[in-house]
Amino acid sequence: MPNPARPPLEGASAAREICARHGDDPAALIEILHDLQEAEGHVPPDAVPEIALALNLGRAEVHGVLTFYHDFRQAPEGRVELQLCRGESCQAMGAEALIAAVCARRGAALGETSADGVTIKPVYCLGNCALAPAARVDGRLIGRASAERLDAALDAALSEPAR
Amino acid sequence: MIRIFVPDDSAARSVGADEVAAGIAARIPSAEIVRTGSRGALWLEPMVEVETPQGRIAYGPVTPADLPDLLDALPSAGPHPLRLGPPEDLPWFADQQRLTFARCGITPPLDLAAYEAHGGLAGLRAALGMEGAAICAAVLDSGLRGRGGAGFPTGIKWKTVHEQSAPRKHVCCNADEGDSGAYADRMLMEGDPFLLIEGMAIAALATGATEGWIYIRSEYPEAIARMTAAIEVMERAGWLGEDLGGSGRAFRLRVRRGAGAYICGEESSMLNSIEGRRGVVRAKPPIPAIAGLFGEPTVVNNVLTLAAVPLILAKGAAFYRDYGVGRSTGTQPFTLGGNVARGGLIEKAFGVTARELIEGFGGGTASGRPFRTAQLGGPLGAYVCDEQLDLPMDYEALAEAGAMLGHGGITVFDDTVDMGAMARFAFEFCEIESCGKCTPCRVGATRGRETVEKILRGENVAANMVLVEDLCELMRDGSLCAMGGLTPMPVLSALRLFPEDFDRAPAPVTEHAAE
Ligand SMILES: Cc1cc2nc3c(=O)[nH]c(=O)nc-3n(C[C@H](O)[C@H](O)[C@H](O)COP(=O)(O)O)c2cc1C
Ligand code: SF4
Ligand code: FES
Repeated sequence: MPNPARPPLEGASAAREICARHGDDPAALIEILHDLQEAEGHVPPDAVPEIALALNLGRAEVHGVLTFYHDFRQAPEGRVELQLCRGESCQAMGAEALIAAVCARRGAALGETSADGVTIKPVYCLGNCALAPAARVDGRLIGRASAERLDAALDAALSEPAR
Repeated sequence: MIRIFVPDDSAARSVGADEVAAGIAARIPSAEIVRTGSRGALWLEPMVEVETPQGRIAYGPVTPADLPDLLDALPSAGPHPLRLGPPEDLPWFADQQRLTFARCGITPPLDLAAYEAHGGLAGLRAALGMEGAAICAAVLDSGLRGRGGAGFPTGIKWKTVHEQSAPRKHVCCNADEGDSGAYADRMLMEGDPFLLIEGMAIAALATGATEGWIYIRSEYPEAIARMTAAIEVMERAGWLGEDLGGSGRAFRLRVRRGAGAYICGEESSMLNSIEGRRGVVRAKPPIPAIAGLFGEPTVVNNVLTLAAVPLILAKGAAFYRDYGVGRSTGTQPFTLGGNVARGGLIEKAFGVTARELIEGFGGGTASGRPFRTAQLGGPLGAYVCDEQLDLPMDYEALAEAGAMLGHGGITVFDDTVDMGAMARFAFEFCEIESCGKCTPCRVGATRGRETVEKILRGENVAANMVLVEDLCELMRDGSLCAMGGLTPMPVLSALRLFPEDFDRAPAPVTEHAAE
């Protein structure tokens, strides 16, 4: 999610600034990618060579880390992020049917972004297995989720002023 | 002024705890609203408690819609249909043995004075007066075993690190908790974060480590924020930093975020991730205790392992060892998830049966339909059937039955579950989360998923069943780590216990849409 407190910077300079904040420590690469993604909404392609330079790593190495982890994305996504849990506990409470229903209502498949700007993503356990099925809407955890409750949460998130 | 307690645990918040707290604050302005962790009865969340001279009185589950008439009852702790009485007297709590989770849900998580008033820091104070070797010996003597899944004796691991002479050593807390059905690490970090820090500080004193790391999965942003804040409080109070509790020894603790990779719960993959690398599993040897983070001696322990330590130091190894059975000593925080009526965290001595947990505490299925199966120990754990529920939950008994305790998560399913779909999912999960280092896991998972899909479409069922069995054998014997090595556990248990779910007739002519 973009951080509302800071204006978005252009990829390369944002990357330089964030690396510096982490003391250009190569061991902080994952933290750096998280921070950058929070600031920019994704990890822009022009950030990779900057990070490699700052941390004294190869570009391939930075790219390898960027693509290994499910969290990181290299292109912008919808305004609102919807994570739907597919873990076994949520499946035991009808998660697959819920996912099908939510995707049908939004007209987008799992992994895609709907026309109104909701990116729907699978997630494997949110630690809310006793109150399954679980979801997060822009980071906000929702237990005993139903298509109706998610619709309400998504509509509320979409109606918030754009960041 | 009355004091009203409302949990701010993320699970409680996921069903309206914030709205309830705000509603109470708006309509009883004289009340002091105290936010705590959750006591773990998640089926009763949001559970609101009112302080009275006789102790706290609980109400739950409270929804914002209940507030109008509940607000009349709350100030006097008076009668109401949601009134539960003193929480400690509810059988669900009274029948538990809370050692690690003794404080969770009672004290405000970041109130260090309350932590101390409820027994906190006693273990660390005791450890400060001991030699490192003596701390290791006490932990060994308690019989404490790793709660992350493998059950390795913690004292032996610590002793190994203690014995290494190296300029720098590390304590890494594994808070990757990726297992479906498991959420005890999360609840502890959100609800009683100082306990984990205290356990890590003791580990540092025991082993001579100066660097501490808590690796928390990114799916737990609330726990990340809470642990970060708790570290600051402990630093300011002098329990962390350059001078650990006046010992003259440094212990610098920080949080590292995961990035959505289940495999980073495997300890060597986690170490790579903390180093800023791809979370690929490392070949063993060397073990982390000898060459771990940055190649230096490293203790890697699960959250619950480290959180069990302060009590062992405070009350003695024998106190802890008196709980449990055989070589499974102490208590285990079990967590119930899935299709269960009364889901939540149950801390009990090892030896409790799965039936006591699922039927006794859990009250059977949430749907009210017949129970069919439970998966014990997360996505790499076995499915068990009704007849197996009388197994005692301890490391050895479960292993003997071809199952495992894992991280203590139990996922319950009713009779609508399609075990063919669950076997398929086990392979799919391995396919998604494999680190890709070894072929049996990387290729086997995909082949396994495809083959189960064929079975579910009714194609050459008998031959494909044999193929799945062969693949499982290959993965079990040829994988570098337990991701590939244990994926056969859920698959084969589903196949053996519920063959009827795989015995499909060939599909009619219409195309069966693959998922
Ligand atoms: C695929 C895989 C995932 C694992 N996930 C976790 C985890 O999420 N948390 C954890 O503590 N241990 C996990 N483990 C076990 C760790 O490798 C390691 O044994 C443990 O962190 C050691 O701590 P302990 O002795 O306190 O249990 C996992 C192991 C494997 C093979
Ligand atoms: S078994 Fe799977 S996860 Fe483990 S090392 Fe091999 S490829 Fe990686
Ligand atoms: S499996 Fe969905 S929250 Fe744990």
